[in-house]
Amino acid sequence: MVEIRNVRAGYGKSEILHGINLKAAPGEITTLIGANGSGKSTLLRAVLGFLPLWGGDVVLDGISAKKMRRDELSRRIAYLPQGKNVPDITAGRMVLHGRFPYLHYPRRYGAEDMRIAGEAMDRMGIRELAERQMAQLSGGMRQKVYIAMALAQQADIIVMDEPTSYLDIGQQLKFAQMMRELSEDGKTVLLVLHDILLALKISHRIAALEEGRILQWGTPEEILEADTVSRLYGVTVKTHRTEAGTQYFYEI
Amino acid sequence: MKDKGMKNREYAEKKEYGRKFFFWGGTALCLAVAAFSLCLGNIHFSPAQLAGLLQGGGDRVSRSILIYARIPRTLAALSAGAALAVSGAVLQNVLANRLASPGIIGVNAGAGLGVTLCCGAGMLSGPAVSCAAFAGSLLTVLVIFLFSRRARASRTTVILSGVAMNSILNAVCESITVLDTDLAMLSIDFRVGGFSSVSYPRLLPALGLIALGMAGLFTLCNELDVLTLGDETAQGVGLAAGRYRMIFLALSALLAGAAVSFAGLLGFVGLIVPHFVRRFTGNESRRLLPMCAIAGAGFVTFCDLVSRLVFAPHELPVGILMSVAGGPVFLFLLLRRRGVHDSVPIDGKRKRRKRSGGEVSGDGDEHG
Repeated sequence: MVEIRNVRAGYGKSEILHGINLKAAPGEITTLIGANGSGKSTLLRAVLGFLPLWGGDVVLDGISAKKMRRDELSRRIAYLPQGKNVPDITAGRMVLHGRFPYLHYPRRYGAEDMRIAGEAMDRMGIRELAERQMAQLSGGMRQKVYIAMALAQQADIIVMDEPTSYLDIGQQLKFAQMMRELSEDGKTVLLVLHDILLALKISHRIAALEEGRILQWGTPEEILEADTVSRLYGVTVKTHRTEAGTQYFYEI
Repeated sequence: MKDKGMKNREYAEKKEYGRKFFFWGGTALCLAVAAFSLCLGNIHFSPAQLAGLLQGGGDRVSRSILIYARIPRTLAALSAGAALAVSGAVLQNVLANRLASPGIIGVNAGAGLGVTLCCGAGMLSGPAVSCAAFAGSLLTVLVIFLFSRRARASRTTVILSGVAMNSILNAVCESITVLDTDLAMLSIDFRVGGFSSVSYPRLLPALGLIALGMAGLFTLCNELDVLTLGDETAQGVGLAAGRYRMIFLALSALLAGAAVSFAGLLGFVGLIVPHFVRRFTGNESRRLLPMCAIAGAGFVTFCDLVSRLVFAPHELPVGILMSVAGGPVFLFLLLRRRGVHDSVPIDGKRKRRKRSGGEVSGDGDEHG
């Protein structure tokens, strides 16, 4: 469970988040949506402790994040940032670094770490890329490696900032399925997505941010009923119910 | 037909074999160069004579040459080469810039200024000189790092700020030696760099610092690798990125400062050697750093040997030889970087802008 309580934060002297309250529950996918600059990534960075809080608190499973050490926090939250370096190491090693929070001095990876990293790679279907250099991979493949790295972290809370960037439509749907499976496993999933249709499709709850404030927090149906998407992005989303479930599409 | 997985495994095994060959071949070559360095000079020893002298045999003059000239000189060349190469590799990873090296971004010059001030103050003991060199190099690294962070400087700007620091520190050093004529003679040898006047009292404290720095870095290989993933990814897996960056900068300054304290301002070792070694070992520190130490030690000892023999009985300072060899290599590296996008701040975070194209934004171009 991630509880964001009246969080205020910003860069330099400018406040970006003006008292955010939000709960992301275990077994649910909570997605942040909002226009560029609305504070979605900033909120994730505040949750992870990368930004000092100017006010409020972030509580993880009943414990204030302020009281946790960095490695303790990393065992609870796996994070996939938006902009990432492409280090000159193999994909296998990259995924293995997901086990770093569990290492004790002198911090060497053991057989158990390798097994878990291998399972994470299998789950993403990238085992055969283990020996390939990250720089040799396409954007989509790299993204899968980063997601596998987050899975190898085996945290109960998974936070991802635009994880479907660079994934083709087939991979996006597989990713959506995987997020569903993770939430069914009892994980708390907190995502930032720019693809509103995907957000509506996979999320249990959506938080719509506007200028550093929560405009609306609710189920996809509630978001659609309030016409929040139209207010945020200037587009209208229509629904079509079929036997396979609700389909969403933009009205052009 | 072989499947992809098997092909990748075969490729990995082949690469691992190549790495092992490079490691053991490099070690053997380094040991051979060290043996030549002990044997060759104005007076040559045969391998049999060398073995006899090391066991306490031979005449007194030859033994004195070996013990008081050749051994400290070879030890100095080996340790300075290893320290500068490892320091360069660490700086390149921490600053996310392959053009960073202690000689180019002013770390050596900072150590040089520290030594000049120390000698100018009349403190000529080995430990005092080593500490002054370390303090000078550490202060320089800190200034460059803080400047880069504050200005959110791109990698090019980091290098240029280092070049500016280099220039300022050298100018201050020059001014001191102009004002203090006693220091002028010392300064010439020191600025060129070389091992002709190395002695045990100057060498041993520095060797202690180098051993300390190496031990620290070799035990922190995983942390260094995680740091190169970028600040947010590193913090995401539990590494206190800011704290570890400072630790790595301090350790690389320790190595460079200790080497400069007895070898003077040797240029380009910290730049060329990591570049060369990375081609064989990749970027993983557990392979890169030990190999940099071996290759750096072998390279500097070889250059010192050549500088001793090529104009024998006269001696060319090794720093000159290395600059002559290193300058063209640096130019070659600059040419190879032509067209490479270079506007990412050292913390890997771009300023907000609309993303275009399908590539991951970040500094992959630098590491690629």
